[in-house]
Amino acid sequence: MDLQSTETNNILIITVNEARIDASAAIRFKDSMRALTDDGPPHVVLDLSKVVFIDSSGLGAIVAARKQLRAGQQLDLAGLTPDVAKVFRLTRMDAVFVIHDSPDSVSGRAAG
Amino acid sequence: MTAKVGRDTSDRRAGRHMPFGFSLTARATEAGVRDLLSECRARLEAGGVPHQYLGMVELVWAEALNNVVEHAYAEMAAGPVNIEATVAHGQVLAHIRDNGLPFPGAEPPPGHLPSSDGEVESLPEGGFGWFLIRDLCERVEYRREDGGNRLTLDIRLGTQTT
Repeated sequence: MDLQSTETNNILIITVNEARIDASAAIRFKDSMRALTDDGPPHVVLDLSKVVFIDSSGLGAIVAARKQLRAGQQLDLAGLTPDVAKVFRLTRMDAVFVIHDSPDSVSGRAAG
Repeated sequence: MTAKVGRDTSDRRAGRHMPFGFSLTARATEAGVRDLLSECRARLEAGGVPHQYLGMVELVWAEALNNVVEHAYAEMAAGPVNIEATVAHGQVLAHIRDNGLPFPGAEPPPGHLPSSDGEVESLPEGGFGWFLIRDLCERVEYRREDGGNRLTLDIRLGTQTT
């Protein structure tokens, strides 16, 4: 899974460089997320601005990525495109995650 | 057959384009389903289904097709899965056929939304698929026929909040 990570102001921003998180990508996504977050800072933001399609397996993988964090580590989401936002809204998982408009607004907030 | 000519833009927005249909078959694997969905989306787009509905239709079909891969063919070699779709007057009607195992209890799951209350450790990682199918479809029908499964998914464009 093509994930790109950048650490700024002690926040780890992970950008998904693929258009889909679907059934065929879910396990790879979860494993790649574990590798990136294991030794990472407490605040992790998943940038989904390049993802245009997510199915229930992809949604489950994002939930799993949150559950596999260590105690005290936090996973936020940012940059949800319309169809991705809709899946989170329909399943009410939008209430489970802190969702930012874009990864920039997260680091901006932290700096301010 | 009559086709309305000179459709206005409001009809176009609601997806009331010329009726069309297609039938596509793939091997029921994760990669096969991904390619099939991509082809389906291209056909829907070429047929004039408005862009804002493509994701919803793809999601419903993805959930149903992934279930075929994960459940119908779970205990046997992956066989074929066919999707036959017709689009007319704001309705997207699809029949999905496979030669795999029937649904347990001979009917598809009720699709209750998994609870996301409580602690992080107990958050649901699955069980959303049938909720999404039933939530986004106007009608779902299942028939066991000729030793295979036929799932009918009836989606109405324009009745969903996008």
